[in-house]
Amino acid sequence: MHKLSLGELGRDLAAGKISSIELTRHFLSRIERLNPALNALITHTADLALAQAQAADARRAAGERGPLLGIPLIHKDIFCTDGVRTSCGSRMLDNFIAPYDATVVARLKAAGAVMLAKANMDEFAMGSSNETSYYGPVRNPWDTTKVPGGSSGGSAAATAARLAPFATGTDTGGSIRQPAALTGVTGVKPTYGRVSRYGLVAFASSLDQAGVFAHSAADAAVVLQAMAGFDARDSTSIDAPVPDYSAALGAPLKGLKIGLLREFFDGLEARNTALIHDALKVYRDLGAQTVEVSLPHLPLSVPTYYVVAPAECSSNLSRFDGVRFGYRCENPIDLMDLYKRSRGEGFGAEVKRRIMTGTYVLSAGYFDAYYLQAQKVRRLITDDFRAAFETVDLLIGPTTPTPAFAIGAKIDDPVTMYLNDIYTIGANLAGLPGISLPCGLIDGLPMGLQLIGPHFSESKLLNAAHGYQQATDWHRQSPRGYE
Amino acid sequence: MSLTRQDVEKIAHLARLSITEQEMPVYVTSLSSIVDFVDELSRVQTGAVLPMAHPLDGQHQRLRADVVSESDNHEKYQANAPAVQAGLYVVPRVIE
Repeated sequence: MHKLSLGELGRDLAAGKISSIELTRHFLSRIERLNPALNALITHTADLALAQAQAADARRAAGERGPLLGIPLIHKDIFCTDGVRTSCGSRMLDNFIAPYDATVVARLKAAGAVMLAKANMDEFAMGSSNETSYYGPVRNPWDTTKVPGGSSGGSAAATAARLAPFATGTDTGGSIRQPAALTGVTGVKPTYGRVSRYGLVAFASSLDQAGVFAHSAADAAVVLQAMAGFDARDSTSIDAPVPDYSAALGAPLKGLKIGLLREFFDGLEARNTALIHDALKVYRDLGAQTVEVSLPHLPLSVPTYYVVAPAECSSNLSRFDGVRFGYRCENPIDLMDLYKRSRGEGFGAEVKRRIMTGTYVLSAGYFDAYYLQAQKVRRLITDDFRAAFETVDLLIGPTTPTPAFAIGAKIDDPVTMYLNDIYTIGANLAGLPGISLPCGLIDGLPMGLQLIGPHFSESKLLNAAHGYQQATDWHRQSPRGYE
Repeated sequence: MSLTRQDVEKIAHLARLSITEQEMPVYVTSLSSIVDFVDELSRVQTGAVLPMAHPLDGQHQRLRADVVSESDNHEKYQANAPAVQAGLYVVPRVIE
């Protein structure tokens, strides 16, 4: 059952060949057997899952239909889940029981999806390796000595290990696309504002966007359909109709103009370059045109991001004060001591580093030189993308510079770690949708192909990804032991 | 080092973070390397470029009618608080 697509599972459920209870039990037993070696999950919700599965079966018996009715999923532990611990991978929220559902959670619940567990992640989504989690690193199912990427590393590893048919994630600087690439799954980061941020623990509010991990673009289209749409509770949610993503799949790619991002290939390893060129050949065989384009400011994405994101993080994380919820230190001598020690003890090293970076770039005397300058460069990068989309439909390049690296290899050098997101951050700064697709292996480890489109081009992106997946079978590869 | 220990102590105070003796040298080094790294931005000519705060142009803050839209959930929310008394959050004494 864990090898079936969402379409196949939906058909089997509709035909009565399987029930949601059976499907849920199957994935729960895989979790029990396979997760201990991966540490992909923080909180297990088996009893709740069985109750939700029973409810889904009852809804189906009453005549209800729907592509996700009775289908199990795993939520990244950044989404608030009513009555269930929402830790965000932090000691700060180790005891936090969310008092309401995030809109993403509520929508998927309404569609009848069944939550199996909540996935491990980098603390407050700050990390590119899932090593900053209070609950320990997640291991990559392709090689358990390697990282799965981050920050949605648990969601990615769980999807790759087929612990659920799909999982949710969030992407602030690549946190869906980078782990999707490193674990060999399909990861979609929608346009900023396409999916509600309500109930998603905030990291950098002008960059955060929720999305999905799945085994194919076709599966991702089904899930995104249920997640996307206007939400009055998110002040930057976009009030625009959501197209039928699945209906857009299968349109011929003849005439599609794909721009090869020149800046992404400077210094790229030959084997990685070769994989992208193989993918370009697939697209040309499908009738697409490929041209080289240049975005001259794109190489400034990482330093721009590491001013903007920490600045927003330092502001967002000021809410964790040891007073209203979350961790409080023992025996504070006064209010200042309560604030400082609750935060000092409740946050991990990387989160404190980002808060301090943000505090510094926003502080008197440095604001103009760092924060305002970064916001200006952000516009230059965004304008480069806009100019490129006047001549091409989509942009293409690698998702990451290298395959999954060893646990421990980069954790002591933040700048080296930050450069993992060199190819993904641009789309976040410009608010663009992006997708990572498995496109081959290097040293037995999966690599990702990234497509980036203009604002609200998810249909086009998903269709281009689907076309590639109809012509190739990299997305069908599974790590050994998890087939 | 672009940042000194005194710089980091000041930043930590502004951010309301206690930093231990063992952590301090690590932050002085790593925050300095981050500041050096992002300093690349200072070489970019940005003259009249408008700073960008929102990734989608033309967006403005939505307004809504000033009516109550949420129900009173204070008991549920305060169930997560470290210390509550009579519906109030309890903190160390701030007024002598």
